[in-house]
Amino acid sequence: MSIFVDQQTRLVVQGITGRDGSFHTRQMIGYGTKVVAGVTPGKAGQVFDGVVPVFNTVADAVRETQANTSVIYVPAAVAASAIFEAADAGIPLIVGITEGIPVLDMTRVLPYLHERGARLIGPNCPGLISPGRSKVGIIPGNICRPGRVGVVSRSGTLTYEIVHQLSTQGLGQSTCVGIGGDPLIGTSFIHCLSAFEADAETDAVVMIGEIGGTDEQQAADFVQQTMTKPVIGFIAGQTAPPGRRMGHAGAIISGSSGTAAEKMAAFARAGIAVMKRPADVVPLLKERL
Amino acid sequence: MNLHEYQARDILRRHGIPVPPGEVAATADEARAIAARLGSGPVVVKAQVHAGGRGKAGGVKLAANPTEAAAHAAKILGMTIKGLTVQRVLVAPAADIASESYVGIIVDRTSQRPVLMVSAAGGIDIEEVAARTPEKIQRLAVDPRYGLLAHQALGLALQLYRDIAQARAAADIMQQLYAAFYAVGASLTEINPLVTTRDGALAALDAKIVIDDNELDRRPDIAALRDTSAEAPSEVAAREAGLTFIKLEGTVGCCVNGAGLAMATMDLVKYYGGEPANFLDIGGSSNPQKVVSALRIITADPSVRAVLFNIFGGITRGDDVANGIVQATKVLPLKVPLVIRLTGTNEEQGVQILKQAGFSALTDMDEAVKQAVAQAKAA
Repeated sequence: MSIFVDQQTRLVVQGITGRDGSFHTRQMIGYGTKVVAGVTPGKAGQVFDGVVPVFNTVADAVRETQANTSVIYVPAAVAASAIFEAADAGIPLIVGITEGIPVLDMTRVLPYLHERGARLIGPNCPGLISPGRSKVGIIPGNICRPGRVGVVSRSGTLTYEIVHQLSTQGLGQSTCVGIGGDPLIGTSFIHCLSAFEADAETDAVVMIGEIGGTDEQQAADFVQQTMTKPVIGFIAGQTAPPGRRMGHAGAIISGSSGTAAEKMAAFARAGIAVMKRPADVVPLLKERL
Repeated sequence: MNLHEYQARDILRRHGIPVPPGEVAATADEARAIAARLGSGPVVVKAQVHAGGRGKAGGVKLAANPTEAAAHAAKILGMTIKGLTVQRVLVAPAADIASESYVGIIVDRTSQRPVLMVSAAGGIDIEEVAARTPEKIQRLAVDPRYGLLAHQALGLALQLYRDIAQARAAADIMQQLYAAFYAVGASLTEINPLVTTRDGALAALDAKIVIDDNELDRRPDIAALRDTSAEAPSEVAAREAGLTFIKLEGTVGCCVNGAGLAMATMDLVKYYGGEPANFLDIGGSSNPQKVVSALRIITADPSVRAVLFNIFGGITRGDDVANGIVQATKVLPLKVPLVIRLTGTNEEQGVQILKQAGFSALTDMDEAVKQAVAQAKAA
């Protein structure tokens, strides 16, 4: 098993003919992901790289190819519209890579998805990968190894750093999920922790948070009350000044809330082993596996 | 992006909210002229800077007449509040205040909705009220599909005002504030205080609006309100180069791809006994020109004693970054030691390019940070 994506994933790429969309579609196909369709309005009838049929709408793509997962690479100005479209076409899992979607757009998108039972991962995320099975998004496949550690993170390259530590020291991953760095996201730490807890092929979870908001604190409560599997946690931004947006739109300390110290303390109280630096991940996991 | 009080007042006024008159002045003479135009009563002269606690810092003064207004403006203009130099003052009539309340809207991350917050404890720092007496703040999560409904606004307004006419006026203001929130792409709009005057009328005496940076591309009229004089010049230069940069106080300059890894790198500098000089995310694409700009901005800070590159190639390619470093150091000879960590996509090519130019690259993050900290201390 694994969570959210596996060999059953049939992927439609929204924005397949764009610069990022075409580059990453090739990477995903190379990794073995079943990319069954692409969508770019006005380009229906084209065949991407001779293998992936392109459609004008997601609804057409779903009807013709039975796509069950979508990944979105379109520019921020039209990304909310792309998410609405995927949900309307009945796609149950939508992965939003696009960075820079206005938060107020997301206040309208999220209830729409909720009513249709669709799950959004992201936006502003690197996507997810179940090593050896399927990759949806931009996480480099070559740094991952199949295995039994689940990884969930608000970050991109910091996730790669930690996955790299795991892989090079013999700990493979069941699934690595980047949930995104924006203030409003479709899938929270808790959703992922709960899926990892239920996954028979995951033995432990690494959770990578950062400053801003209270998602990590709520996740800590969930771990304490519900999880039986060991959880290791890291928080980026211990040296971040308050009131400044640290790259990610969601990474901002407001007043005295959302600090790294507060989140690390919540982790410790919940019995989550707290990493002081990325290199602590393997020793802490090995103590608990 | 933060707006100044006078800009926020203009926006609220355009949405029909009663805002007292007032104009902005850049010189003492302008302040005198505005005070004279406002009539014979006392005026308040307020510093326009992106900082809270302006009153405590001496940036808000009451003046009995235009001459006094000019004198206060002369003192406030050029004053430094929390590191920011005051370039403008707002001159407005001093209100005859009977009561003060608070009305604000933010996007709440937990409910994922806009939340209207009101409190009868207006005029003071709402974060302090929230921390000490949270029961004094009423909250309502608004369903963005329907907006703030009239009965919801009136229900909250009745918690602030017993007089039904005042409650109705406050409910109107709440709905107008909600409309403004979406119209300008705000992440915060706030009236603090919303006052009643002795004659019973309501007015927004002070206003604060923060715009979601992601809205600026589609709202050029709002983007034009940016006041670059209120920002550090290095941060303005970085934004123009497409980089996210935040200046800090330390000596180890950091250039990293990705926001999370950039924060973790700063934290690791601290872990090994150093102090980061900045946060800098060169972003996902690795255009060599961006590396040149990044290096220029980092090394312009005289307190930087060593520069650390931490690149984990994903979309960013190691050879592109290596080329950028080589180009940048040709244009801009380095006076401080450079430590490079490069791994991931096209690592071998990148290391080779650096080697040919006389640089060495490490693959381990901890090792690179330790070296950068040691070099910064030795310099």
